[in-house]
Amino acid sequence: MWENQASRKVRRRNRALPRGVPVRTALPVVGRAANLKTMPLATEIVSLTVNGDRREVGVPGHYTLLETLRYGLGLTGSKQGCDKGDCGACTVLVDGEATLSCITPVREAEGREIVTVEGLANAHGPHPLQDEFDLHGAAQCGFCTPGILCSAASLLAHTNAPTRDEIREALSGNLCRCTGYTKIYEAVEAAAARMRDDG
Amino acid sequence: MAKYKSDLNFIGKRQRKIEGLEKSTGRTLYADDIRLPEMLHGKILRSPHPHARIVSVDTSAAVAMAGVHGVVTGKDMPTTYGIIPWTPDEYPLAVDRVRYVGDGVAAVAAVDEDTAIRALDLIRVEYEELPAFLDPLAALEADGSTPYVHDARKEGRNGNVTKHVHLEFGDVDELMEASDVVVEGEYFFEGTTHTPIEPHCAIGLWQPDGGSRPPAPSRGPGDAGSGLGGRQASGKLTVWSATQVPHYLHRELARVLGVDPARVRVIQPLVGGAFGGKSEPFDLEFCVAKLAMKTGRPVKILYTREEVFYAHRGRHPFHMKYRTGCDAGGRLKSVDAQIVLDGGAYASFGLVTTYYSGQLLCAPYAMPAYRFDSTRVYTNKPACGPKRGHGSVQPRFAFEVQMDKLSERVGLDPIDMRRRNFIGENTRTVNELRITSNGFLACLDAVERASGWRNKFRKLPFGTGVGVAGSTYISGTNYPIYPNRMPQAAIQMQLDRSGRVAVFSGASEIGQGCDSMVAYVAAEELGVPLEHVRVYRGDTDFTPVDLGAYSSRVTFMLGNAAIQAARKLRGMVQEAVAEEWEVKAGEVLLAGGRALWASDTERQMSTREAFNLAEAKFGTLGARGWYDTPKDVHGEYRGGTIGASPAYSFTAHVAEVAVDVETGFVDVKKLWVAHDCGRALNPVLVEGQMEGSAYMGFAEAIMEQHVFKDADHGRAGLHDAPSLLDYRIPTSMDTPELESLIIESIDPEGPYGAKEAGEGPLHPSIPAIANAIYDAIGIRMDRLPFSPPAVWRQIEEARAAGKLCKPLVPGAAVVAARRG
Repeated sequence: MWENQASRKVRRRNRALPRGVPVRTALPVVGRAANLKTMPLATEIVSLTVNGDRREVGVPGHYTLLETLRYGLGLTGSKQGCDKGDCGACTVLVDGEATLSCITPVREAEGREIVTVEGLANAHGPHPLQDEFDLHGAAQCGFCTPGILCSAASLLAHTNAPTRDEIREALSGNLCRCTGYTKIYEAVEAAAARMRDDG
Repeated sequence: MAKYKSDLNFIGKRQRKIEGLEKSTGRTLYADDIRLPEMLHGKILRSPHPHARIVSVDTSAAVAMAGVHGVVTGKDMPTTYGIIPWTPDEYPLAVDRVRYVGDGVAAVAAVDEDTAIRALDLIRVEYEELPAFLDPLAALEADGSTPYVHDARKEGRNGNVTKHVHLEFGDVDELMEASDVVVEGEYFFEGTTHTPIEPHCAIGLWQPDGGSRPPAPSRGPGDAGSGLGGRQASGKLTVWSATQVPHYLHRELARVLGVDPARVRVIQPLVGGAFGGKSEPFDLEFCVAKLAMKTGRPVKILYTREEVFYAHRGRHPFHMKYRTGCDAGGRLKSVDAQIVLDGGAYASFGLVTTYYSGQLLCAPYAMPAYRFDSTRVYTNKPACGPKRGHGSVQPRFAFEVQMDKLSERVGLDPIDMRRRNFIGENTRTVNELRITSNGFLACLDAVERASGWRNKFRKLPFGTGVGVAGSTYISGTNYPIYPNRMPQAAIQMQLDRSGRVAVFSGASEIGQGCDSMVAYVAAEELGVPLEHVRVYRGDTDFTPVDLGAYSSRVTFMLGNAAIQAARKLRGMVQEAVAEEWEVKAGEVLLAGGRALWASDTERQMSTREAFNLAEAKFGTLGARGWYDTPKDVHGEYRGGTIGASPAYSFTAHVAEVAVDVETGFVDVKKLWVAHDCGRALNPVLVEGQMEGSAYMGFAEAIMEQHVFKDADHGRAGLHDAPSLLDYRIPTSMDTPELESLIIESIDPEGPYGAKEAGEGPLHPSIPAIANAIYDAIGIRMDRLPFSPPAVWRQIEEARAAGKLCKPLVPGAAVVAARRG
C-alpha cells in the first residue's frame, strides 16, 4: 500500500540478499574535486532515476549526488549536515542500498535507482516508518530524520524483523543529536511489525 | 495563575507533534532549503591567527572578480553587539583585531558558493600577530605586558577578566570548621560543543521600496527621529535564520545595521537542532543582511561544519575547587567553591554563566552555608556560551562527586545521603531562591527501584558498578536578558467559522515541541481536535514577541500565555452556547469537537456551530494571552535576580557501568533517568527530552572534547577536531540504554502544573557515571572526559600503588577508617 514503484523494485532486488549485508556502503569515491580553484565549472547533463521518475539535469561536473538532488532537482528533503560523509543526514537509497549522497559524485549515480526521503511516501500516505517516527517522537528537530529513514528503509528491505542490535548497527552511520536514539529504535521496530502485519 | 484541572482530555496523553509528519516525510523547509529568486551565496573570510592586529584589508581583487557582487569588511559594520546588553564586545566582522582562529574578517557575495570561495582567496589581509592567551589560568595571571584579549575597561585592571562574582551565604568558614567531615577536591570540566546536525544558515533580503506593500505616501513625524536617511529609511530588511532567538536577532540587526526595528523582519524556519548553540546573533546573520543591502539581491550564507565548530558558544571549560563539610549524620553544613571559567574570545552569555556557575547549586539539598568565587577569563579561542544546562552542569558534576565522597566518609548509602539533605517543597534556598513544587525524593525512589540499586551498589563484581546523582534546574528566568517590564511570552489566538483555531506564536521551535505544546493547550481548552489547530509561528512581523528557546522557559511561560488566551475564548464560546440553550455558561463543556451540556450530554452541538454562535454574539473572535514572571521573588543582593525562576525541576540518575581495566574503556550500560517535570503535557515529548539530555550528558562524560592546539602541537589556537568524525559524538552503537521515569509534582504556577524537561535531565548523567566508575574499580575520575587514555592512566597508577580494587561499602569504610 505504501510502496511506490521505485521502492518495490528495491525490495524485489534485495530479497535475494542475505541478512547482515552491510547497509551503509558508500559508492567508490572517484572524481570528487580535490581543488575547486582549478576545477572548471562546466555544466554537464546527468540522467538519474529519482523516486521512480527519469530525470535529466544540468549540474556542474563536480557536483555530488546530494548537491544534484538539492540544487539541481529541488529535492531538499535530503540534508547536508557535514558535507564529508560523517553525519549521515544526506543518506539516500541507491539501488536499494543506504548511501551517503554528499560523498557520492553524481556521475557515479548515473543510471541508478535513487530513492530519497520524498520517495518513501506515496500518494496513499506516508511510509510506515515515517508514520511511526511521528507517533513515537523519533524526530525532534527532524534534520537527521531523512537520512535515518533511508538507512532504516534499507534495513527493513533486508530483514523484516530486525533485532535491536541490528537496528543499532544499521543506523550507526547516522548521527542524531536530539533523541538519544531510543525513540528511533522503537519507531523502527513498530514500523517493521506493521509491515509484517501488512504482508 | 493557571489552575490545573483533574479532568484533562488532551493534556497528559501521548500525542503526535503537529509538524511530525511534515518532518518525517522530508517536506519541512529549514533555512538552507529556502531559495529566493536571484539569490547570491556568501562566504566569510576567517582569521588564521588566534590573536592579531589587522593592519590592512585589501578587497579590490575580490571586488573585481567576475561573479562577485559585493564584499563587506568590519569597517562596514563598526558597531559592537553582544547578547548581554552590558557586555557588547564583538563586531559582526573584526574591525581592528582578531581574537581567535576563525574570527570573521570579510564576507563576499557571489553568484554561487564556488565563486565566493575563490573570491575569498583574493582578499589580502595584513596581520600583526600578537601573543595569544590559550590557557585561562595564564590569562588570569596576565600583567598587561602583552595586549589582553580585550582592553581593560578600567586602568590597572586585567582585561582578560570578563566577570568576577563572589557571593557568600551564611558563615562558611565557621560551619566548615564545625563540620565532622570535610572533603576537598579539584575538578576539571572539559569544554564541549552543541553540534546540532543542521549547520547555521541565514538569508538576507533587502527591499528598498519597503516590501510588497505600497510605500507610505510620506514619512510621518514618527520616522523623523530615527536618524536614517534616504534608502535605508524606506527599505525593509528580512532575515531568515536558524536561530533560537529571533527577537534578540531582530533587535541586534536593527541596532548594528542602523535600520529602524520597525523595518526589520526576522523569520525563523524550523530549526534543525540548537541546544544553546544558536541562542545569540552570529556573524553570518549580519553579513547576509549587509550584503543584501549592498547588492540589492538576496544573500544566503551556510556555515560549513568546520565553521560551526569555530562558532561554538558551547560549554565553558571549568577549573573547580570544592570544599564540602557535613556532620557525622551526613547533613551538609558548608560548601565552598572556587571556579575559573575559560570563556574564549568574547563575552557571549558569560556574565550569566559566571553567576550560574554558583547560583544554581543550592538545591535539591539544603546547605546552611555556601560561598562561591567564580571568574570568567577571556582566552584566544572561540567564545563559550550556553549549552544545555547553561553554567550549572559543570559545578553539578563536581558537587555530586563531592557528595559521593562524603557519603562514603560518613558511612551512608549515597541515595540515603541525598534523601537526608533534601531541601523540601515550598522553601527558600540559602541564596534565597524560591522553591515551590519539588519531586526530588520521588525521583530518588524511582531510580533506586528501577535500577535495582540495593542489590547492586558495592555488590556488583569488580569492574562493574553503579552511581547516583541528583540536580535541579530552572524553568526560565524571572528576569529577561535586557531589562524591561513587558511580558516574557505571549500568544494571539483566533477562532474562525470553519471551527478552526489559529494560534500565533513567536516561540522558537528547535525540535523540543513548543509549537505542538500550544496546539495541545488550544485543543484542551477549546475542545477541538488537534488537526483543527493551526500554529502560525516564527515570524516577527505577525507573531507576538517571545524571548526565545533558552533557559528552559518556553513550556512554563508560553504554556501559561496560551492557557490565558484559550480560556478567554472558551469563556465567550461557553457564554454564547449557554445563551442559546438557556443554561449557565459554566455548564457548557467543550471536548472532542463538541459543545456539550454538563447536565445532559445528549444536548450538544459541534464546536464549529458553537464558534459561530460566539462570533454572532461577540464579533470576530480573537484573544491575547501573555505571561510575565513573578518580579518579587529573588535574593536581596547584587546578582540575587540571577537564577531566580518561577519553578525548578528536579532530576536523579543512576548509571551502571562496566570498566575494562586493561584498556580504560568505560562502557555505560544503562542510565535510569527520573525527572520531575511538574506535569508531562505530552509524555512522548518529555521522554524525548529526558533521553536526549541523558544522552548528551553521557557524551560529555565519556567522549567529547572541544579542545585547541597549542604552539607545541601545530598552529596555536587551531581546533583539534573540527569535524563530526574527529569530534566524537555518540552513534547508536555508543549510546547506552536509557530509561526515562517521569515524576509529576504538579507545580502550582506551571501550565497544568508543568515545569521544564529540556535541560535539567542532562546534569546528573556525568557525576552518576563518575560515581559508578568509582563503585566499579575504586577510582575517582575528577577530570572530564572519562576517555580510555584518562581512565587507563589512573588505573595504572592505582595498580602500581596496589589500590585497584572494589571500594568498601560506606559503613565498612568508616569502620576501617576508625581502625586505621
